[in-house]
Amino acid sequence: MEDTRPLLLEVEDLKTYMFLDEGTVHAVDGASFSVRRGETLGIVGESGCGKSITARSIMRIVRKPGKIVNGKILWHRTPPSPGNLGQTLDLTTLPEQGEEMRNIRGGEIAMVFQEPMSSLSPVHTIGNQIMEVIMLHQKVSKQEAREKTLLMLNQVGMPQPSRIIDRYPHQLSGGMRQRAMIAMALSCHPDLLIADEPTTALDVTTEAQILSLMRRLQEELGMAIMFITHNLGVVAQMTERVIVMYMGRVVEDASVDDLFYDPKHPYTQALLRSIPRMGSKALGEHTRLASIKGTVPDPFNLPKGCPFHPRCEHAMPGICNVIDPGVTQVGPNHTTRCHLYGDPSQVIPLESKTPASSVA
Amino acid sequence: MAKYILKRILYMIPTLFVISIISFAIIQLPPGDFLTSYVATLRQQGEDIDATAIKALEEQYGLNQPIYVQYGKWMRNILLYGDFGLSFEWRRPVKDLIWERIGLTVFISLLTILVTWIISIPAAVYVATHQYSFLDYLISFISFVGLGTPGFLIALVYLWIMLSVFGVNAAGLFSEQYINAPWNWDKIVDMMSRIWAPVLILALDNTAGIIRTVRANLLDELNKPYVETARAKGLKERILIWKYPVRVALNPFFSTVGWTLAALVSGETLVAVVLNIQTSGPLLLRALTSQDMYLAGAFVLLLSALTVLGTLISDILLAIADPRIRLEG
Ligand SMILES: Nc1ncnc2c1ncn2[C@@H]1O[C@H](COP(=O)(O)OP(=O)(O)OP(=O)(O)O)[C@@H](O)[C@H]1O
Ligand SMILES: [Mg+2]
Repeated sequence: MEDTRPLLLEVEDLKTYMFLDEGTVHAVDGASFSVRRGETLGIVGESGCGKSITARSIMRIVRKPGKIVNGKILWHRTPPSPGNLGQTLDLTTLPEQGEEMRNIRGGEIAMVFQEPMSSLSPVHTIGNQIMEVIMLHQKVSKQEAREKTLLMLNQVGMPQPSRIIDRYPHQLSGGMRQRAMIAMALSCHPDLLIADEPTTALDVTTEAQILSLMRRLQEELGMAIMFITHNLGVVAQMTERVIVMYMGRVVEDASVDDLFYDPKHPYTQALLRSIPRMGSKALGEHTRLASIKGTVPDPFNLPKGCPFHPRCEHAMPGICNVIDPGVTQVGPNHTTRCHLYGDPSQVIPLESKTPASSVA
Repeated sequence: MAKYILKRILYMIPTLFVISIISFAIIQLPPGDFLTSYVATLRQQGEDIDATAIKALEEQYGLNQPIYVQYGKWMRNILLYGDFGLSFEWRRPVKDLIWERIGLTVFISLLTILVTWIISIPAAVYVATHQYSFLDYLISFISFVGLGTPGFLIALVYLWIMLSVFGVNAAGLFSEQYINAPWNWDKIVDMMSRIWAPVLILALDNTAGIIRTVRANLLDELNKPYVETARAKGLKERILIWKYPVRVALNPFFSTVGWTLAALVSGETLVAVVLNIQTSGPLLLRALTSQDMYLAGAFVLLLSALTVLGTLISDILLAIADPRIRLEG
């Protein structure tokens, strides 16, 4: 089925490296994917595969010793309409601290983090922290910002918003804090919400509540969501499309149905097998993706060829350990980076890879 | 909050009681007393003093009574009349000797704390946010040197430079014509023009330590997720650094005001002796060496009480600064 929603974000061959004394870690190493307006994209992969650094790269809040060294992050600020090409910015070219990037950050792209306890300042009230972002991005008085904050707290289902607004984070439960975080992120009605494992630190019941809250808010506000998680159950519940990351790159990009019923990349297949049972019980649990044969290679000594070949059951000697696979189209809106699905002699070099925008 | 403060004030009472006993004990501890050494001095100078005269002196100072009676009398006079007894050495009421000096001590200490913070906090923030930069190394180097150089040495060097280069006698807090003059506007102006040297020297002594602690605290806080949240809001880096991690990193400092005061009062002694400043330190030192017990006792008592008060103030500051404290109070 053709997706006709306009593109919102395109990440092309993004490379974000960590320059450590011991060597360079390729935290994100040529990741490409896109997000459409209103779409929910899931990002899964083992711990350390670069999910969070990808998110930080998009927000342009990568800290030293990290640095974006290559690629484009195209932000389609306004969608094209008849007679109007729309406005597109390459975020990698904007100064990190410049006004434009600061307007986008928090205003157009917002983020929710994993730890609801430590992600809020312990010495400022919930209200102070939410009002701050509203006043930063909208021209409103303090009083108006407070009213907007109350509305937002109400919208995220916070009990007794008028009392909670003057409370400090330590006075709230984990679920309430995450609701406050979500209220803060959505208070400026961003076009894209990046949720970096927003429910990992919560218990199962609270997780279910937060997930249904996020689905409801998406219906009400229409923003796109990038949902980063370890939990394939959450992916199944929350997302329309999924990208699977391995060692800083996207190894498979598919609709949720294709991913679960027709996974192509051996890594994705292994991931799915690592879930004990795709029954209803397993869905709610935090399934850590750790039970795949072998371990993630030493980040300072990357394997030659396909980074997954040392752990891959189908590795083809002479090919997989020599040539880095390019992106192969394996179905409509379904791509993977694996030699099993293409003639390795005809690998599409990354540079001339068809951009996601023209695939649509 | 009011309840918390009230509770803390009530807690102070037993503490102050113990302090008063210790102050009294300390001055009773050394073998011999003022009278013994006084008599010894007189004898050395060839004066003849007979037993009845000594007895009369003992009577006059109450030295022949049991210790707890002496303590009781001492405390009663302090609490009821603000009378700290007589200074044997100066032959004047203790209260005439100490108030101006204690006032000056508190003033210099508070000013020093203020100057210390004004210098060290921005320096620490800069150093923590520019780790491994040239200035980071430079400030770290200076603060290592500062940590290792005693304040009185800097004071000596300062005096020497002032004298040999500018021909100015920088010792003392007042120019000659004001030393014994009553307080007036000109005297205050004169004092303020001289006070910055001891304050800076004392402040330098402390900045090194504070820079290192704040830097370490702040480096911890900078990696906390709430800083990233603030960054993700689109705040300017400098604004968010000061509003969030610096704010949290400084919290422990409110709790150190108390003992910073105490440390200043004692650390100030040597610098004050060298610079010839009439604060309490030099006088206390002298009272202790000459076993002028009521004077020494009054100092120990008042300075300890000040420290307890300082601790109370810092606890209240901390409770205001850190909402997590309040509930536990
Ligand atoms: N500040 C840092 N210094 C050095 N290396 C880092 C830093 N932050 C991340 N990395 C490295 O970058 C790689 C990607 O990290 P990232 O946080 O994006 O992983 P992730 O996929 O989000 O993992 P998780 O699921 O555990 O959150 C990892 O190998 C990590 O060790
Ligand atoms: Mg992560």
